[in-house]
Amino acid sequence: MTVKVSLTVNGKPASAEVEERTLLVNFIRDSLRLTGTHVGCDTAQCGACTIHMNGRAVKSCNMLAMQAEGADLVTIEGIAKADGTLHPMQEAFRQHHGLQCGFCTPGMVMSAIDLVKNFPDPSEELIREQLDGNLCRCTGYHNIVKAIKAASQTMRS
Amino acid sequence: MYSFSYQKAKTVADAAKVLAKDGDAKLLAGGQSLIAAMKLRLAHPSAVIDLGTIKELSGIKGDSKAVAIGAMTRHAEVASSAAVKKAIPALASLAGGIGDRMVRNMGTIGGSLANNDPAADYPAAVLALGATIVTNKRKIAADEFFKGMYETALQKGEIITSVSFPVPKRAAYMKFKNPASRYAIVGVFVADSGSGVRVAVTGAAPSVFRVAAMEKALAAKFAPESVANIAVPEKGLNSDLHAKADYRAHLVTVMAKRAVEAAMK
Repeated sequence: MTVKVSLTVNGKPASAEVEERTLLVNFIRDSLRLTGTHVGCDTAQCGACTIHMNGRAVKSCNMLAMQAEGADLVTIEGIAKADGTLHPMQEAFRQHHGLQCGFCTPGMVMSAIDLVKNFPDPSEELIREQLDGNLCRCTGYHNIVKAIKAASQTMRS
Repeated sequence: MYSFSYQKAKTVADAAKVLAKDGDAKLLAGGQSLIAAMKLRLAHPSAVIDLGTIKELSGIKGDSKAVAIGAMTRHAEVASSAAVKKAIPALASLAGGIGDRMVRNMGTIGGSLANNDPAADYPAAVLALGATIVTNKRKIAADEFFKGMYETALQKGEIITSVSFPVPKRAAYMKFKNPASRYAIVGVFVADSGSGVRVAVTGAAPSVFRVAAMEKALAAKFAPESVANIAVPEKGLNSDLHAKADYRAHLVTVMAKRAVEAAMK
């Protein structure tokens, strides 16, 4: 049986008919065609599918689309300004070369924004600890941590 | 994932009615274990009853004697709650160490307790603090609640609505975590209520358990050295690729010692 899911994505209303068992990440990618949110491990470990739901980072591969009914979602497509100016976190990842293949990056950026919101002035150690829900297989995390530290400064000012 | 029928419960009574009618229906709290199990086809409920929109199940109320946490309260909310941090800082810190940031934003205390994963963190706090689990039918003491691996005293159609924690004199939780999953390989919660000490261990065995010998020694003298020479028998402990039973037994003593130390600070 199909159900109708209606919610807000990146400030705009969105809705689609999906199967009841549809995962939120598939709703975002397949129904809404917002493919910036990635499916990495599909077992809620790697964090590539991280989005914001009602202002909090969640793993969209580990929840049903129906659980987000009526919610306010922000995906990686929704954080830059309309004129193309990058979000400070995206800009910091660019500046500090916080990516190599880029597959984990959307999830990293969404998770990092949530991290800095909760810890406005994080130490390097705290960033490493609080980033434990996101896996990167290229960078060794070093430049990701640097980027988040730098972004925390620009986001505060 | 196998297909199922989905419904949002408007009230607890509503959810209980559906549960009573359909033995294969499952409650969906935060879904951080259930959805993953369904994806792996380890669980295939006929119906999923989502508790996510029942407002009265969420929230934290606390005073100097007890802290009551609604079943649908997310781990992140417990971790950042001023009331919990003030009354039972060890509980806030435990909640802040569950899974990862995204899991903590979805996962709930009620879901964790109803699931009773052998390596979950909350069961250790509930058992050591002597909390009371409140359901739509009755109140269950922590000592009566945990029955075995993924087994609890919850009956058919019974739904956890909140958990009430008495405020201890001092308490601390220490876990040796699996570096990949963040689940406890061994976690020890030590609580000194003022009138007695309780020590609860998670991760080490099929279900959370208390260590009477440590409790007795700590009641006589609340100090790390009181538990330093008390070992739990390795028989019956979990043994897997992450840690063998003898290593887990060793970790129980080490974590207990560290928890007592932390509680004294």
